[in-house]
Amino acid sequence: MSVIQVNNISKHFGSLKAVDGLSFEVQAGQVFGFLGQNGSGKSTTIRMLLSLIHPTSGSIQIFGDSIASNRNKVLEEIGAIIERPDLYPYLSAKEHLQLFAKLRSKKITPSSIEDTLVKVGLKDRAKDKVHTFSLGMKQRLGIGIALLHNPSLIILDEPTNGLDPQGISDIRNLIQHLAKEEGKTILVSSHILSEIEQMASHILILHKGKKLADGPIQTLLDPNKMIVHLTTTNDEQAIQVILASSFSNYLLKRPAGIYLSIPHFEIPLLNQFLIQAGVGLINVESRNSLEDYFLQLTSNSN
Amino acid sequence: MKSIISFELYKIFRRPRTYIAFGAIAALILVIQFGLKVDGQSYAAFLMKDINDTLTVDGNVLNGYLICYILLQLLLVHVPLLVALIAADMISGEANLGTLRLLFSTPFTRTQWVLGKFVAASIYTIVLLIWLALLALFLSMWVFGTDDLFLMKSNYVVLIEQKDVLWRYVGAFVFASFSLLTVTSLGFLMSSIANNSIGPIVGTMSAIVFFTILSTLNIPLFSMIKPYLFTTHMNNWKEFFDIQVSDNNEAINGSILNVAKIKTSLIVLSTHIVLFVGTAVYITKKKDILS
Repeated sequence: MSVIQVNNISKHFGSLKAVDGLSFEVQAGQVFGFLGQNGSGKSTTIRMLLSLIHPTSGSIQIFGDSIASNRNKVLEEIGAIIERPDLYPYLSAKEHLQLFAKLRSKKITPSSIEDTLVKVGLKDRAKDKVHTFSLGMKQRLGIGIALLHNPSLIILDEPTNGLDPQGISDIRNLIQHLAKEEGKTILVSSHILSEIEQMASHILILHKGKKLADGPIQTLLDPNKMIVHLTTTNDEQAIQVILASSFSNYLLKRPAGIYLSIPHFEIPLLNQFLIQAGVGLINVESRNSLEDYFLQLTSNSN
Repeated sequence: MKSIISFELYKIFRRPRTYIAFGAIAALILVIQFGLKVDGQSYAAFLMKDINDTLTVDGNVLNGYLICYILLQLLLVHVPLLVALIAADMISGEANLGTLRLLFSTPFTRTQWVLGKFVAASIYTIVLLIWLALLALFLSMWVFGTDDLFLMKSNYVVLIEQKDVLWRYVGAFVFASFSLLTVTSLGFLMSSIANNSIGPIVGTMSAIVFFTILSTLNIPLFSMIKPYLFTTHMNNWKEFFDIQVSDNNEAINGSILNVAKIKTSLIVLSTHIVLFVGTAVYITKKKDILS
């Protein structure tokens, strides 16, 4: 079942095309990673999903209802944090949850407020004013507000921002728990690609407002195609040699270092070729990570 | 809607800034009351120096009713500035803080949010006015006692019997609530345009000062628009203290000299409230939340 269905949406700010003809679907129970560089249009898209920004064209359906015409019904089932965790500095964590509980039609009991405080690790600071909180604690409280009404769809924009390694791990575990144990659908954006790789089952890569790729991570990261990072005694000479050879098509544009996207069975041939060409090889590192895939796509697009 | 109003009222009364207005009003009233208590007789003598040769006034002239009238004349000009501190910050303050996106992603329409916030700000305004009434009227009645209300107008005097005064103050405070709600709605309009706290507060205050100057200038060009300016009507609470007289020149208890003027003012102020809030709703609905 499709929870989010985005059909050809665009958003223009004057002459700037922040999002340009974007379409994608998120299925129930997925953890959907939303990737893109700063200014790629991630937050604009998330704001359109939450009806904070009006699309210039296109349509968005969530739970089968149009966000434009059934906004309140749709938002009842969504919990979200958008970019920074901005909250009221003069209120405590508990007051925030009590106040936001009033804005939901579902009955939220005092015990579920306590449970939420425990879930996001703020039970001991429940009565402290938010102006005394660190960025990480505000982020936890923001997540608490998003989860308070037990929504079916959770949208988290950069949820690990400002968290320490333990906090990042806790949030990652929480997201995985929500998806696996509670069957929630989660759309999560992050600039930390390894985080998304560990959390998401599906990803969408956005670049300059346009979709570069989307689908299950396992499908996108072709196990037969490796990213190889070469460390040589003379990088300039190595690049010239590769460019003059049949391996030139595999060479990736990167600001530094020599990277090739190459079928795994050709890696030994590449090694042999470089040695025969007189290039001193120090290290050949082969990887198949989301970060490499992301950089490969965005650099080719540039 | 009820949830939004209760949400907003909770925030308003948890903010330290809210109590600045209550403190400022209390300080001003207490200082003036103290001054009049200590040296009120010489103040009264100064007021009446022009009529002492033709009129003898007995009794407690400087009573609580007169003190309240003096206080309202002084304060109802400045209270709008205190109202603007809260009202003009209701939407733009949230945009500045970054919490507007949190609110607008809840299952309520933007119209509901703006109207809910306006009702909450209006309740704050009314509570502020009640605070003003408690201190200016009831505290003055307790400290200075009560008697007939003797008012010096520009070219005549008005004497209202003690038993005929209190309902006029009720009327004056109800009228003042319309004046202040007009300021609240203007603050809302300013607040819907900007994304920072200071601009709308200063903008509201500037608009009040600007239109007050236009309302008081006796230039024929401006006379045409004066009847339609809210600032022309804001101080017409004083009409409750102009009384009709009989053919024998005796005051008619329970009467108001110019009821039509009060009605017209209420219509103009109400129209402004509807226009300002309606425009604020329209702007808020149309805008993208980028803060």
